[in-house]
Amino acid sequence: MDLASILLGGLAAGMVLFVVSVGLSVTMGLMGFVNLAHGGFAMLGGYAVVLAMRHWGLPFSAALALGFVAVALLAALLERTLYARLYRASELDQVLFTIGLVFVMVAGVTLTVGPETQGVQLPAWLRGQTDLGLLKYRTYSLALIAFGVLLMAALWLGFERTRIGAQIRAAVDNRRMAESMGVDVRRLFTLTFALGSGLAAAGGGLGAEILGLDPQYPLRYLAYFLIVVAVGGLGRVSGVFFAALALGVLDFVLKVHFPKGGTMFIYALTIAFLLARPQGLFGKRA
Amino acid sequence: MSLQAATLEAATRHRLRAWEALPWLAALGAFFLFPDYLAFGTQVLVMILFALSLDLVLGYAGIVTLGHAAFFGAGAYTVAMLAAHAGWNEPLSGLAAAALVAGLLGLASGWVLLRTHGLTLLMLTLCTMALLEQAANMFSGFTGGFDGMPGLAYRPILGLFEFDVLYFRTQYLYALAVLFACFIALRVLVHSSFGRSLTGIRENLLRMHAVGAPVRARQVLAYAVSAALAGVAGAVFAQATSYVNLAVLGLERAAGVLIILILGGYGRLYGAFVGALAYLLLEHTLSKAYPTAWQLGIGITLVLVALYARNGILGLVDALRRRWGAR
Amino acid sequence: MQARRLWSGVIAAGVLAVAGGASAQTVKVGVVLPFTGVGAEFGQQVDRGMQMYMKLNAGAFAPYKVELVRRDSKNPSGAEAKTAVQELIAQEKVDLLTGFIYSPDAIASAPLATAAKKPMVIMNAGTAWITNLSPMISRVSFSMWHAGHAMGEAAANSLKAKTAVVGYTDYPPGKDSLDAFKRGFETAGGSVVDAIPMGGPGQVPDFTPFFQRAKDKKPDVFFVFVPAGDHAVSVMKTYTALGMREAGIKLVGPGDITQDIKLQSMGKDAVGLITVHHYNADLDNVANRRLVAAWKQEYGADSTPDFMAVQGYDGMAAIAHVVRTLGGRIDAEGAMKALKGWKYDSPRGPISIDPATRDIVMNEYLSELVLKDGRLVQKNIGVIEAVKDMCKELKAGKCAQ
Repeated sequence: MDLASILLGGLAAGMVLFVVSVGLSVTMGLMGFVNLAHGGFAMLGGYAVVLAMRHWGLPFSAALALGFVAVALLAALLERTLYARLYRASELDQVLFTIGLVFVMVAGVTLTVGPETQGVQLPAWLRGQTDLGLLKYRTYSLALIAFGVLLMAALWLGFERTRIGAQIRAAVDNRRMAESMGVDVRRLFTLTFALGSGLAAAGGGLGAEILGLDPQYPLRYLAYFLIVVAVGGLGRVSGVFFAALALGVLDFVLKVHFPKGGTMFIYALTIAFLLARPQGLFGKRA
Repeated sequence: MSLQAATLEAATRHRLRAWEALPWLAALGAFFLFPDYLAFGTQVLVMILFALSLDLVLGYAGIVTLGHAAFFGAGAYTVAMLAAHAGWNEPLSGLAAAALVAGLLGLASGWVLLRTHGLTLLMLTLCTMALLEQAANMFSGFTGGFDGMPGLAYRPILGLFEFDVLYFRTQYLYALAVLFACFIALRVLVHSSFGRSLTGIRENLLRMHAVGAPVRARQVLAYAVSAALAGVAGAVFAQATSYVNLAVLGLERAAGVLIILILGGYGRLYGAFVGALAYLLLEHTLSKAYPTAWQLGIGITLVLVALYARNGILGLVDALRRRWGAR
Repeated sequence: MQARRLWSGVIAAGVLAVAGGASAQTVKVGVVLPFTGVGAEFGQQVDRGMQMYMKLNAGAFAPYKVELVRRDSKNPSGAEAKTAVQELIAQEKVDLLTGFIYSPDAIASAPLATAAKKPMVIMNAGTAWITNLSPMISRVSFSMWHAGHAMGEAAANSLKAKTAVVGYTDYPPGKDSLDAFKRGFETAGGSVVDAIPMGGPGQVPDFTPFFQRAKDKKPDVFFVFVPAGDHAVSVMKTYTALGMREAGIKLVGPGDITQDIKLQSMGKDAVGLITVHHYNADLDNVANRRLVAAWKQEYGADSTPDFMAVQGYDGMAAIAHVVRTLGGRIDAEGAMKALKGWKYDSPRGPISIDPATRDIVMNEYLSELVLKDGRLVQKNIGVIEAVKDMCKELKAGKCAQ
C-alpha cells in the first residue's frame, strides 16, 4: 500500500485527537486539575452538533460553532460554581468529582436523547473523495487535516504572540511566580477551561464521523486522550499536536500491517516512550 | 487536630479496639439475615479485598495507579487457567498460585514503572493493564477471550465445603474468611516499621531520602505485596463466580476500585469496607429500581461526596465527630 | 416522595407488576438486559420488542398473567448478569429467565439455569455453542453461523464471487462469522484470500486502515462483520470514502451491518450493499407489516423495529406458548418440552425451535439495499428456507463438544 494514504489516514485520526485533547493538556498543566470529565464535554459538543442539525436544520459548520459556544459557556459555568471548590482538594477528590460528573453526563444524555449511536450527516462537499493529482483520498480526512493545521497555527500564534498566551505559558511554567507578577491565574484558568472545553466540543462534532458518538464516548476514549496529554507533556500545545499525530499515524500503520495486535503495540510503545521520557515530548523535567 | 492529638492517635492506632469486631459480626449476621443476597454479598467482599490491596499502595505508599485490575485479572486468570488447562482446581493452593503470579507481576512492573510519578505513572499503569487485556484477547485460545471460560468447577474447600452454585453460601463464607486473613496480615503490615516508613515516604519524600531510607525498594515491595493481595481478590472472584472473561482486566474494574477507595476514604483500611459497601449497595439498589437511570444517582452521589467530604465518607465522619463529638 | 418511589420500585421492580403479587395464575419472568453501558441501545430495542408483543397480542397469555422483572446486566462481564440472575431466582422466585444480549452474560448464567431448573429463553447472544451449556437453554435469536454460512454460499452461488477478504471484529462473534463464511464460501468453490481482525468490540471505530488493506487485495467480495449498531454506519462510509465500489469490490455481510435502526443514517452511498439476515423491517408479510405500523405509532415515525426487536417479540411469543401449554404453572421439563418443536409465524417469517439442539430454525433473506422514495429499503432478492445453526450441524470447533 502506498505510504501517502497511510500518512493521510493517520494524520486525520490524529487531528481529531489533537482538537479534543489540547484543552485537557493546557488545563491540567495550568492548574494541575485532573479533569477526567474532559471527554464528556467533547461528547456534549457532538450531541449539540447532531441535535442542532436535526432539529433546527443548521448547516454542519454553524452547528459546530454553536456546539463550541454552548459547551464553552457550560464549562465556564461549571468551572466557576463547582470545579473552583476543588482546586485545593487532593487530586483524588478531583478524580472522584470528575468521574461523578462523567456519570451524570452519560446518564443525562442516555435519558434525554437515548442510548443509540448518533450519526452526523456531512454536507455534500465533505463527502466522497478528492483528487489530489497524485492520489485520490477521502475528502473529509483531508478537511480534518487542514482544520487541525489551521487550529495549531492559530493556537501557536495565540500562545506566542498575545498577552494572554504569554500569561498562560508563564503560569504553566511557574504558577506562583506568575501570580506574584500580577497574573490573575484564576481568571486565566476560567478562560482556558472554557476554550479548551469548547475545542473538545468541536472535536466531538468533527470526530463523530470517525470516532462515533454515543453516551459511552467519554469513558471509551478517556485513555486515548490521557495518553496524548502524557506523551505530549503537560500544558504543551505543540507537544499535544505532535503526540496526537504520532499516535494517529502509528496506530494506523500498525493496524494495516499487524491487525492482530495493533492496539497492543500502541500501549507497548507508549510505555516505552514514557519510561524513556517521563516528562513527555516537550515537558520540562520535574 | 493538634499535633499532640495526632501523635497520640498514631500511637494508639494499632491497638485493636472493640468496634473493630463490628464489620465481621455484621458480615456474619448478613449471612443469616439475608440468605438470598449472598451472591451480591460475595461480590462486595471481593471488592473490599481488592480495595484494601489498593489502599496499601494508594493510601499508605502514596502511589496513584489506574491499572490495579492488571493484578486482579492476573489472579483471576491464574486460577481459571490452572483449572481449565492443568486440572489444578484445588481452591486454596489456587489462591497461593494467584498471589505468587500477581505478586511477581507487581514486583517486575513496579521495579520498572515506579521511577515515575503523577500523570506519567498513571498512564504507565493504565497502559500496562491495557497491554495485558489485549494479550488475553490475542491468546483467546487459552483465555477464552471475550466469551470467557465457562463452567469452571473447583474442588470443595479443604475437601469439605462444596461450592454452592445457586445460593453462594460457601462462596460468601470463603470470601469472608480470605478477607479476614488478608485484613489481619495487612493491618499488622501497615503498623509495622515497614508500614510507617511507607507513610513517611508519602508524607515527606525528601526527608525519607535524607534519613537514608531505601525509598524506591520499599515502594516496589509495597507495590508487589499489594499486587499479590489484588491477585488473591481476583482469584476468589474467579472461583466464586466460576467464570472469567476479559472484563477482569478492564479499565472499568480498575476505575471502580479507585472510586470505591476514594469514596470510603483512603489510608485507613476501613475506608475500603465503607466505600465498597456504600458504592455497591447504592448501585445495586438503584439499578434494581431504575434499570436505565441508576448511573445518574451514582454520579450525583460522587459529585456531592467530592464537594462536601474531604477524604471520603470516613473523612466526613471524622469531620462531624470533630465538630459535634469532641468535648 | 423520592424515597417512597424508590422503595416501591424495589418491591415491585417490574414494568407490569400486578397488584396482589404472585399467585399461581401469575407467571414471573426475569428479564436480564443491558439497560446501561455499551449495550444500552440493544437492550432498549429488545425491551421494546417484548412490549410490542404484549401490546399486539393482548390475549396471548390469557387467562394467565405475566409479570416481567427487569434487571440491568450492565457491561458484558458475565459477573453482573450472573448476580442478577441469581437474585431473580433466589429473591424474586421467577419461573423463567430471558433477555441476554451478550454471549458472556448467557455463558456465565447457564450453570444457574441448570442448577435451579429455570428455563432460559435467549433473545440475542449469538455464540453458537451456548445452547450446549445447559439443557434449560433455548434460543429464539440466531447463531453467528446462521447468516455467515448462508452468506458464504450466496456469495459463491448467487453473486458468482471467486475470491473474498473477510474483515471482522476480533471477538467470538466475529471469529464465528469468519469461520462460518469461510466454510460456506469455500465449500461452494470460492477462496478467502485474507482475514483481517479489526480490533476488539467497543474499540477502533476508524476502519480506514483495515479497509485499505482489504482494497489492496482486490477481492470480488469483502465480507464484513462488526457488532450490530455501533460501527455499521462507519463501515459503509469508509467503504464509500475509499472508493472500493469503484474498484469493483462488493461489500457483503450479515445483516448486522444493515441494522434497520442505522439504515437511514448510512446515506445513499449504501445503495447496492448485499446482506444475508433473518430479519429486516422491510420484509413483506402480514405479521411484520402489523408490527412495523404499531411500532412507528408507539415510538415515532423515525423509529423502527430491527432484528433484535423481533427477537424480543418472538421470545415473548415463545414464553406465552409455554405459559398457555402448561396452564400457568411452569415446571422445567414441561417448559422445555413445550419449547422443543414450537412453531410460530413471526414477523421474520416461519420459525421453529429445533428439538435436537433447542436452537432456532428460520429463513435467511438475501437482500440488496435500494433507494425508494428517497429512503433506503432492503429489497428481498432471495430466501434460504429453514436454516439451522450450521456450527452444530457440521460439528465445527467448540460446537462439537
